Amino acid sequence: MKPFVVSPARLRVAEIAFWLLLASSFFLLPDKLTLMSQIMIFGLFAVSLDMALGYAGILTVGHAAFFGAGAYAAGLLAKHGWSEPFSGLLVALLVCVALGYVLSYLVVRGADLTRLMITIGVCVLLAELANRLSGITGGTDGLQGMVIAPVLGLFDFDLYGRTAFVYAYAMVLVMFLAVRLVLRSPFGLTLRGIHDSRKRMLAIGSPVAARLRLAYALSAGVAGVAGALLAQTTQFVGIESIGFNRSAEVLIILVLGGTGRLYGGLIGAIVYMLVHDLFADMNPQYWMFWLGIFLIAAVMLGRGGIMGALSRLVKIGSAR
Amino acid sequence: MTTTMMKMNKRTALATLTLAGLAALGAGAVQAADEPLRIGMIATYSGPYADYGRQFDAGVALYLKEHGGKIAGRPVEIIKKDTAGPAPDAAKRIAQELIVRDKVGILTGLDFSPNAYAVGAIATQAKIPTLVMNAASSAITTSSPYVARLSFTVQQVTDPMARWMAKQGVKEAYTVVADYASGVDAETAFKKAFTAAGGKVVGEVRTPMNNPDFSAYVQKIKDVKPESVFFFFPSGVMPPAFLKVWKERGMDEAGIKLYATGEATDDSYLDATGDVALGLVTSHHYSYAHPSPKNQKFVKDFATEFGTKLRPSYFAVTAYDTMAAIDLALAKTRGDLSGDKFMDALKGLAFESPRGPIEIDPVTRDIVQTVYIRRTERVKSELVNVEFDKFDKVKDPAKEAK
Amino acid sequence: MGIVIFDGVAYGMLLFLIGVGLSITMGLMNFVNLAHGSFAMVGGYAASVLMNRFGLGFSASLIAAFVCAALVGAVLELLFYRRLYRAHPLDQVLLSIGIVFVSVAVFTYFFGPSMQPFQLPPLLDGRVLLLGVEVGRYRLFLIVCGVGVLAALLLVLGKTRYGAMVRAAVDNQRVARGTGIHVQRLFFLTFSLGCGLAGLGGALSLGMLGLEPSFPLKYLVYFLMVVCVGGAGTVTGPFIAALLVGIVDVAGKYYLPEAGAFLIYVVMIVMLLVRPNGIVPRKGIAA
Repeated sequence: MKPFVVSPARLRVAEIAFWLLLASSFFLLPDKLTLMSQIMIFGLFAVSLDMALGYAGILTVGHAAFFGAGAYAAGLLAKHGWSEPFSGLLVALLVCVALGYVLSYLVVRGADLTRLMITIGVCVLLAELANRLSGITGGTDGLQGMVIAPVLGLFDFDLYGRTAFVYAYAMVLVMFLAVRLVLRSPFGLTLRGIHDSRKRMLAIGSPVAARLRLAYALSAGVAGVAGALLAQTTQFVGIESIGFNRSAEVLIILVLGGTGRLYGGLIGAIVYMLVHDLFADMNPQYWMFWLGIFLIAAVMLGRGGIMGALSRLVKIGSAR
Repeated sequence: MTTTMMKMNKRTALATLTLAGLAALGAGAVQAADEPLRIGMIATYSGPYADYGRQFDAGVALYLKEHGGKIAGRPVEIIKKDTAGPAPDAAKRIAQELIVRDKVGILTGLDFSPNAYAVGAIATQAKIPTLVMNAASSAITTSSPYVARLSFTVQQVTDPMARWMAKQGVKEAYTVVADYASGVDAETAFKKAFTAAGGKVVGEVRTPMNNPDFSAYVQKIKDVKPESVFFFFPSGVMPPAFLKVWKERGMDEAGIKLYATGEATDDSYLDATGDVALGLVTSHHYSYAHPSPKNQKFVKDFATEFGTKLRPSYFAVTAYDTMAAIDLALAKTRGDLSGDKFMDALKGLAFESPRGPIEIDPVTRDIVQTVYIRRTERVKSELVNVEFDKFDKVKDPAKEAK
Repeated sequence: MGIVIFDGVAYGMLLFLIGVGLSITMGLMNFVNLAHGSFAMVGGYAASVLMNRFGLGFSASLIAAFVCAALVGAVLELLFYRRLYRAHPLDQVLLSIGIVFVSVAVFTYFFGPSMQPFQLPPLLDGRVLLLGVEVGRYRLFLIVCGVGVLAALLLVLGKTRYGAMVRAAVDNQRVARGTGIHVQRLFFLTFSLGCGLAGLGGALSLGMLGLEPSFPLKYLVYFLMVVCVGGAGTVTGPFIAALLVGIVDVAGKYYLPEAGAFLIYVVMIVMLLVRPNGIVPRKGIAA
C-alpha cells in the first residue's frame, strides 16, 4: 500500500485535532467522563513508560512502582492536611524523580532480561512494602479519607466527573508537552543515539550510564504524576496501583499503541481501555477472551503497534 | 479575577451543584410507581473470583423469582458491572456511571472491601443507598451514612471462635493469617478475644497472599507444638493448599487442634477442597446445611433453579437477604427511595434469613446475626458444615469496642 | 533443618520442571514466551480431567499431560509463533500475553474459575522415612522427577544428534543453517518439547500449587525468576536457580517469617546484580 505523504504542517493540524477531539468528549460523552479521565491518566502513564522503554531502551515491567508511589505521595499529602491539588502533583513528581534516580542504579546494568526481572522484583517489593505499612497506606483496604480541595479553589470534584476530566486533561496535556520538549532536546537525541547504538555513543564519549539514569528518573517522575492524578481524581489509592498487574497492563497498552513514538502511549490507552470497556459491557465474564484475541490480531496483522501501522501508511514529507 | 471569570465560575459551580442535587433527588423522585426499580450491582464477574458475581446473581434471581420479579410492587432491573476483582478506581467509576447514566436508585454488590470503600464515597456524594453484600472490613459502614451491610465483618466471626475455643478449655493458640487487611483484622480480633477469655497466643505468623507453598509455615508449627492453631485465609485457593500441607505433615496425629473461620470451608469451594477439610471446626454466619425450614426451602429452590453444580454459599444468601431488606425497607418508606428516608427505614430492620435471624443495627447500620460453630462432615456423600454451637445476636466487636 | 531444606528442594524442583521448557525456548529461539504458564495449565487440566473423569492413573496422566501440552504447543507454533521469530521482542510479548488471556478465559469457560479438585494417588500420599527425616512422599516424587528430567535433558542435548543440532543452532543460527540443519523444524520440535515439559510440570503442580485458570498469571514471575537467575538457554542454570529459589523461599519463611514475601525478591535482585547473565551464563546449551 502506497503510503500517504503528509507535510509537517498538516501533521501539526492533525495533532491539534487530536487534542481537540479529546477535549470535545466533555460535551459528546458526558456520561463517560470518568472513563475518559482514567484513559488520559493511563495514557500519560504509558507515555512515561515509553520514555524509559521506547526512548531509553530500558525494558521494564515494574513501572507501576512509580505510578503507585506518586499516588500514595499525593494521597498521603491530602490525607494529612495539605489538600491543594497542583502542589500535590508537584510533590509526587519530585518524590518519584528522586525514587527513580535511586533505583536507576539497579536498572542500567545487565542485559535486557536481567533488567526486566530486576524491575519486576523492585515493583513487587514496593507493593509488599505498601501492604506492610498498612497503618500508613491503608494496605489492601486502600487509602481513604483523602480530601482534595477544589481546583483553583473553585471547582469541586463533582459526581459527574467534570472537574476531574478538565483537571486531568489539562495536566496530561501539560506533562505531554513537557515530555516532548525533553525528548526533542539534545538530551532526548542522546537517548535516541544510545538506543540505536550504545557502543557508538560510548565511543564519542557520551556519558551513557548517567544519561540513562536521568531518563529513567524523569520517566519515573512522569509516571508519578499520572499516579497522583488518579489518586486525586478518585480520592482513593488502592494497592492495585502499585502492583505487577498494573505494570503489565501499562506495558500492553504501550506496545499496542507503539513504542518510540510519543503518541503511542496515548493512543494505546484510548484503544485498550475503550475496547476493554466495550468487551466488559458485552460479556462481563469472558471479556478477557475477546481482549486476548484482539491483542493477538493486533500483533499478527501489524508490527510495532498502532503507531507502527500508521507510520507505514503515512509518511511525513520533508518540507524543508 | 475579572468579573466575567467570576460569573463563569459561579455559574459552573451553581450548575455543578444543581446537577449533583438533581442527580440525588432525581434518583428518588423520577422512579415513580410503575417505573422499574433500577439496582446497580458492582461485583466480580471475571477472573479468579468470578464465582462471587455468579453467587450474588443467583441469590438475587431467586428472591425475584419468589416475588414475581417485583419489589414493592415495581419491576426490578438489575444492572450488572464487573470490577474483575479488587479494583477501587474501576468500582468508583462504575458507581458514578450507574448513578448518572443508568440512574440507579440503589447500589449493591461490593464483594471486596477496597471497592466498598471507594463506592461509599460516591454514595455519600450522591446520597444513594448502598447495601454491601459481602465486603467484610469493619469501617465500611462508618465511612458513609448511606452504606449498610448485610454480610458480616471479619471480627464478627473471629471473636466468637476465640471465645468458644477458650470455653472448650483451649489454653494456647498459634495464629496464621494471610497478610492483608482482613487477615490482620482477624489476627487482632482473635488475640483480643482469646486473651480476654484467659487464653494465650503463643505465636503468630502472616503469610503472603500469593503463597504457593505452605510447608515452611506448617513445619514451624509442628516444631513449636502449640496446643491449637487458628487460621484465617480468604476463601478460594489458600485454605485447601494449607489444609493439604496440614494433612500431609500429619499435624492431627501430632495432636495439634485446628480451628478457622468459615472462609476455609466456604460452601461453594468445599467439594473442590475435598477430604482434607473433614473434621475442621470453623465459625461463620451461614452454612448450606443450616437446618431451619427457611434454609431448607432456600436450598431446594436454589437447586431447582440453578442445578446442583452451583452450591449456594454465604454470598448467595446475603444477596437474597439484601433483596429482602430492600423490599422491607421500601414497605416502611412506602416506596420512597430518597437516601435519608431509606437508610432510616433500614435501621433496626429485623427478619428471618436462610442463615437464621438477622437485624440491621440502628446505630452502625451493620449486620447483627447469629454466628455458628460448625464442623465439616460428610453427610449423604456431600461435604457440609454441620452447626453444633452458636452465639446469638453478635454485633461487630470492632465497633462495639469504640 | 533437614526437612526445611528438603521442602525447599521439592518446591524448587517443581519450578524447575515448569521453567526448564521456557529456558530452552528462550535460549534457542530468543522468544520471550510469557504464555509458558498456559502450556503448564493445559497439561494440568488434561491430567486432572483424565484422572477425575476417566479414572486414569497418575503416571499415565502425567504422560498424557506432556503429550497434550506438546500438541497444543505444536499447533500454536505453526499458527502464530513461527511468524514472529524475527519480530521485535515487544511484539512477541504482546502475542504471548494475548495467548495467556485467551487461555485463561477458555479454561474459565470450561472448568469454572475455582480450583481443580485433586486426590493424591495413595502411593504418593503420606510420609516416608528418609535418612532419619520424615519426608512427604509426594515431595520426594517431585525431586525424583526433577532430577530425572534434568538427566534426560542433559543426555538428549549432550549425546544425541538432535541435541547437537540444538546446541549448534543456539550458538550460531546462521552457520547452523549453513551446515544444512533445518532450523525451522528444530524450532518446531524444541518448542513442542518445551511446552510438553511445561505440561508435565503443570500436572505435577496439581498436588502442590493447586490449579485454577489464573495459574499462568499467578506463577509467571516464579518461572521467569528461575530462568533469568539461572541463565536462559541452559538446563543446569535453571536447575541450580530453582534449587536456590526453593530453598531460600522455604527456609526464609521458616526462619524469618516476617521477611515472608520480601526475601525471594531481594535474593533475586542480588543474584541478578552479581551475575547479570545468569548463574550459568549461556554459551550454548552445553551443560
